[in-house]
Amino acid sequence: MHIVVPIKQVPETSNVKMDPVTGTMIRAGVGTVVNPLDLFAIETAVRLKEAHGGRITTLTMGPRGAEKALREAIAMGCDDGVLISDRAFAGSDSWSTSYTLAQAIRTLGEFDLIVAGERATDGDTGQVGPGIAAWLDLPVATYVAAITRVEPPRASAHARAGARGGLTVERLVEEGYQVLDLPLPALLTVVKELAAPRLPTLRGKRRAKAAEIPLLTAADLDVEPAYLGLKGSPTKVVKVATPKVTRGGTLVRAPDEDAVAGAVEQLLAFLELRDLLPREARP
Amino acid sequence: MSFVWTLAEQHEGRLKAVSFELLGRGRALADKLDTKLASLLIGDGVDDAQLQSLVHHGADEVYAIQDPRLAQFTCETFSNVLVHLIKTYQPSVILAAATSTGRTLMPHVAVRCHAGLTADCTELDIEPGTGHLLQTRPAIGGNIMATIKTPDHRPQMATVRPKSSRPLPADRSRAGRVIAVPLDDVLVDGRAQARGFRSDAVDFVNLEEADVVIAGGRGMKKAEHFALLQGLADALGGAVGATRDAVDRGWVGYPHQVGLSGKTISPRLYIGAGISGAIQHLAGIKTSETIVSINSDPDASLHQVADFGIVGDLFQVLGELQRRLDERRAAGHAEPGAPDREERA
Repeated sequence: MHIVVPIKQVPETSNVKMDPVTGTMIRAGVGTVVNPLDLFAIETAVRLKEAHGGRITTLTMGPRGAEKALREAIAMGCDDGVLISDRAFAGSDSWSTSYTLAQAIRTLGEFDLIVAGERATDGDTGQVGPGIAAWLDLPVATYVAAITRVEPPRASAHARAGARGGLTVERLVEEGYQVLDLPLPALLTVVKELAAPRLPTLRGKRRAKAAEIPLLTAADLDVEPAYLGLKGSPTKVVKVATPKVTRGGTLVRAPDEDAVAGAVEQLLAFLELRDLLPREARP
Repeated sequence: MSFVWTLAEQHEGRLKAVSFELLGRGRALADKLDTKLASLLIGDGVDDAQLQSLVHHGADEVYAIQDPRLAQFTCETFSNVLVHLIKTYQPSVILAAATSTGRTLMPHVAVRCHAGLTADCTELDIEPGTGHLLQTRPAIGGNIMATIKTPDHRPQMATVRPKSSRPLPADRSRAGRVIAVPLDDVLVDGRAQARGFRSDAVDFVNLEEADVVIAGGRGMKKAEHFALLQGLADALGGAVGATRDAVDRGWVGYPHQVGLSGKTISPRLYIGAGISGAIQHLAGIKTSETIVSINSDPDASLHQVADFGIVGDLFQVLGELQRRLDERRAAGHAEPGAPDREERA
């Protein structure tokens, strides 16, 4: 089974600044990590590989330094890493990003499954996973919390219908766990519940250090230049504001039981004023 | 045609509350653009009375595409239906809920229609002069509000957080058309098959649609103490949430987790008990209408973003709060339930 895991390198802290001119994030000078939600995707892929064999290719789009994220993913158990990097890709919104990633995935040859994180902790849109599925016309399951059935592809019969295998997954949605059957190839975005990520092993780290990471630039991809980067992005950031952090609320100190009773009394009055307490039953 | 569309959602034949919230948003935009507002339902089993209530809450037209094959969400078929409708009617603006369905369907459709899409908007407006949709959303864990527009592509698409606005009051005198649109077989993508819902799920909670969420953090000290929160949630008509820390310690299941690696919620009332207020947790609750914090540490970050905070022993406070709510219920016949359940029978 060939599993593709697109990941993103994100700022380590949440205190990133934005370029007031372009409205995009300034990444320089901030520590970076693999998007924490992508770790669940990597772990999911590694477990599938352990159970059913195959290989895992991870890829990321970003500055040259994003290679570091790929090495971390390799240390966790991915086999190969591919870096997609070019000035032409800078400032991509989720539409352009999913396009570029989809075109890069097309260069990887045949694959059976794409596993992605549910969203990235910086952009926080969750739009790139379903976007890639749309570009590649793959069935998609988002918010996957469990994979309950894996029918791996039959190696000798890739071309025959029905021989590509399939999955049964459970999506964590508002009403519960929705059960979905998907044929392969397919795309999943996964949530934390699916797989607690492992720490990289020493052997993994050695492999990651030695791994050759091929670089794909715009020239290496079959891409429409008008779809790339800031210029190719349908959405434009027009204003960035830093909202007021505090709400100027009331803080009541309640050091003993009497004070607690008073504080709760005040809280109930406050909630009543805001119409937040259950209403009296109507006759 | 410069229609504004909102996407209604249903579950087992019942329209979800967010369908009506979106109409309130859409009405304001349509009025500014001097155009019509349509509500689109892709689903099954929603009766005429409910479809009419979409008109009462602001829609000029309701397009109902109902078929047993649309009873449950599958991205490919829903996307085919929506793309087909967009190409036929060419709306200018489409709003969907930032639910598991909206956040899956909208990016899929945006790619196929070459449209701009902004996730999780908290404010929407029309730019004077140009008529472009201005979409404001929290970015980078809510530390920044970014306003985004899509100048050169149509439709302009946005998802909106459930509970981030109230529906308009029902106006039964409003007139509007309800149009049933049959599902064309060619739009059905048979690849992914929805098999219903797991019936044996324990410890599941619908946090996103709760009006009241009472969440516990490390200060709750152990799993058993979450029963205290459940008691209060029952009394307030709400649901129990938790921080990542509490979930990682195994005190409650992952469906309860609120924050960057869990759910983003905007309830009318959020109460945090024993929660310090890590930035990752705050990102998930910042758009709550009212925030209450209970923590013995006066410097807890959650106190700083709260509308009302109590610095005190959380077990004393929770106990007293429960006692008072029980008293109130016994004396005043208060009915537990959503504090502001919309009437739309």
